[in-house]
Amino acid sequence: MTAVFSIFLLTLLVITALGIVRTRNLFVAVMLLGIFSLLIAINFFILDAADVALTEAAVGAGISTVLFLGALALTSERERLGTRHRWLSLAVVASATLVVLYATFDKPRFGDPNAPVHQHVAPWYLEKTPEYIDIPNVVTAVLGSFRGYDTLGEVFVVFTAGIGVLFLLSARRHGAAHRPPGERDPSGIGLREHVIPRVVGRLLVPFILLFGLYVQFHGEYGPGGGFQAGALIAAAFILYALVEGEDRTLAAVPQSWLNALMVGGALLYGAVGLAGIALGSNFLDYSVLAANPVAGQQLGIILIEAGVGMTVTGTLLSIFHAFAARDRA
Amino acid sequence: MTGLNAHLPALQVVVPLLIAPLLILLRPRGLAWAAATAASAMAFAIAVQMTVGVLDGQEYRYALGGWSAPYGIELLVDSFSALLLLIVTGASTLALLAGKASLDSEIEPRRQPLFYSAWLLALAGLAGILVAADAFNIFVFMEISSLASYVLVAGGPDRRALPAVFKYLLMGTIGATFYLIGVGLVYMMTGTLNLADMELRIHEVADQKPILVAAGFITVGLALKAAVFPLHVWLPNAYTYAPHAVSAFFAACATKVALYVLLRFDFVVFQQNLTGHEEQFAAYLMPLAVLAILFGSAVALFESNLKRLLAYSSVAQIGYILLGASLLSIGGVSASLLHMFNHALAKGALFLAVMAIATRYSQLDLQHLAGAAKRMPWTFSALVVAGLSLIGVPGTAGFISKWYLVAAALEEGVLGMALVAVIVVGSLMAVVYIWRIVEAAWFAPADKSADDPGGSVREAPAAMLAILWLAALANVYFGIATGLPRELATAAAISLMGHLP
Amino acid sequence: MELLGLYHYWVFVVLLMTGFYAVVAKVNLIKKLIGVSLFQSAVFLLYITMSKVSGGTAPIVLPGMVDPLYSNPLPQVLILTAIVVGISTTALGLGIAVRIKEEYGTTEEHEIQEIDRR
Repeated sequence: MTAVFSIFLLTLLVITALGIVRTRNLFVAVMLLGIFSLLIAINFFILDAADVALTEAAVGAGISTVLFLGALALTSERERLGTRHRWLSLAVVASATLVVLYATFDKPRFGDPNAPVHQHVAPWYLEKTPEYIDIPNVVTAVLGSFRGYDTLGEVFVVFTAGIGVLFLLSARRHGAAHRPPGERDPSGIGLREHVIPRVVGRLLVPFILLFGLYVQFHGEYGPGGGFQAGALIAAAFILYALVEGEDRTLAAVPQSWLNALMVGGALLYGAVGLAGIALGSNFLDYSVLAANPVAGQQLGIILIEAGVGMTVTGTLLSIFHAFAARDRA
Repeated sequence: MTGLNAHLPALQVVVPLLIAPLLILLRPRGLAWAAATAASAMAFAIAVQMTVGVLDGQEYRYALGGWSAPYGIELLVDSFSALLLLIVTGASTLALLAGKASLDSEIEPRRQPLFYSAWLLALAGLAGILVAADAFNIFVFMEISSLASYVLVAGGPDRRALPAVFKYLLMGTIGATFYLIGVGLVYMMTGTLNLADMELRIHEVADQKPILVAAGFITVGLALKAAVFPLHVWLPNAYTYAPHAVSAFFAACATKVALYVLLRFDFVVFQQNLTGHEEQFAAYLMPLAVLAILFGSAVALFESNLKRLLAYSSVAQIGYILLGASLLSIGGVSASLLHMFNHALAKGALFLAVMAIATRYSQLDLQHLAGAAKRMPWTFSALVVAGLSLIGVPGTAGFISKWYLVAAALEEGVLGMALVAVIVVGSLMAVVYIWRIVEAAWFAPADKSADDPGGSVREAPAAMLAILWLAALANVYFGIATGLPRELATAAAISLMGHLP
Repeated sequence: MELLGLYHYWVFVVLLMTGFYAVVAKVNLIKKLIGVSLFQSAVFLLYITMSKVSGGTAPIVLPGMVDPLYSNPLPQVLILTAIVVGISTTALGLGIAVRIKEEYGTTEEHEIQEIDRR
């Protein structure tokens, strides 16, 4: 039964992807991309990756769609010329396809518990997490502690993107900056004129915030954690900005707070890492944070997840405001 | 300090990484440059400290979070990483020290904290790649350095920087994603992400098709990042329109870090295990290397923009580095690694000279620079010294690595003779394109254009000149006292080749 | 099960190449970024497919489960990271595209090249 559903979903994915590439209307393409993200998130869920599914839904379908719409509002909605060098591109793509398909042979069977990928490192995580960290969600344990350095890097990737967009969109405009009147498209940003979305939106915002906080603090037990929470909380504020207007959101949470969140989260994570060195162990070793190593690990994970949540919220909202501010200017 | 000594591999990354966000909060904003330079100098000091340790025969291994490999992420600094760490942190520090005046004129003060923060992130990302011993961790830090690089290049005042950086972003993302696919396939077949562990475990599944495809994806993805011909198309414009200090920083080190990962992966993980992989590696890369040398040099011959000329020369120099590696001998690989170091010296100094020129001339076309050497003799003399090193004139660093490259090629018999011919032709073309600069700057009649109405152009700022000359003299110093880089390169080559069957 | 596994893999290939085609062949910069998103999503599917163990459940270890069989947590962790890297790249790319529109008045690649050639 699940197999049939999987095949159905995967086929839908391919159809959506083809639709995205074929359409010349970028607004349609972005909406289809959001649907694509939701479909792939359901697929991840079927494949037992609940954390990934939650993240993909929040980031791919939510934040990414909003950012694309924000950018479309600042550029234009239609592709003028579709493709160039079509046959050359097709040839390159076709040859690459053949290479990748070649790898199909000798691949371990799907779902085989004896496949090499499920040996060696992965069982160790499943076996040792209860002993060393004692939290139910192994994904959070690996993300926060065993491979916590990757996650630190990831926070800094987000941070880099944040300062990058702020840097780019703080440039003065010159040259062909003026936009012909009439091309300006308000559909991306602002629902203030519509009653029903506004009422529903206002009702939803507190619930999304609440859910975000739940996901933040429940990540050790169920699917969730700083990234998902950060994306959800940012989404709640973005929704508020869409229904109530940019200015009121910025009045509630000014840019200087967002900067502080962005920087503070990254520094909190780093400080937890350095505390490991200060207390006589290695960078990012949380077991020395408390008298009992297991309690130390749990404390460390809660702290770094908070750091992750702060930076992600601050950065995503800053990026959104940067796009929206450019629109008003 | 002995307590911190063990933590050096982590601190190498963490120091610039954590100072980067602090820059944004720092007030007054003018302090951002000073803080970034201090952080970069600290990173350089850490790299020097570790190089001293490596030369003493020490190998730095560090288990992050106290979790041992392969379960946790491991850092590893050996002679190969130490060599590259010196290049990266040194280039960043010199470019920052020399670049204050130039960057002040290119980036508005209110945007400077963001810019310097991105600079430190790029530095931390590159350093993170060099110390990582974990395939996925390399991907994460590659993305930090790439995203930060896009920001830095986009800081260029010319609007053409924007399409250039967009192309750079697309090609960089495709390269990184290819690498990620390759790592995924290897992980699927081995169940591990640690490079050393992969080397052991890949043995059982070595000649299976997913591993072969993975080797292809990883090589192509990293070749994109390293601007290996013909995947170099993002490089010339990105280097040309970036802020001048950024060009100096990246021209010295950015593509070399991708080459580092390419060599590490191919030599350590794949060579020993895939049947005939070393021949395939050589058979694919050698022709590309030869083409890169000939094509890059030939385009540089006809290029009139000074920065773009040097950027195409970089495409050719990547060819020399690959050529040495594709010889698959200790002599060849060590010549290749030595050339990474020496080319960084030469090209870094050349771009510093370009930065100095750009403080006085707004157009960097050769015809606009006519007679400029008479107004800025110190700057142009330094440019000539670095240029001689790029050509490979005896007495400069560039000569040493080309000498070893030729010696290694001659061991290969008839093929070697042909390769030597390519090296000689490439060097002759370098003579010509460097001569074009000299000819324009010294011998052409002074241009009375808008930049220089009354012949009032002065020498570049003293601080910038001092750093420029430091870099230029380093080319001479390492052309005579070759000990340090040669020792590191040879040790690294022996360790890389030790993985071959 | 074999067929389902192959189907997953083929869908990965098709999505990957659809995205790749959009990046290479499309002229509009925003469309290229949409292609990049597709391209990256395909890789997510590759990793998550390999993490699945048939009959397994999500790797959340709860006491009292009899003979539990869990799917592999590691690829999931890697993809959590990769998703965040993906959105960061997209955001930065969109920022650059917006600046290009401001400076050149267009986001079509060939028009930008023409303007630069002038």
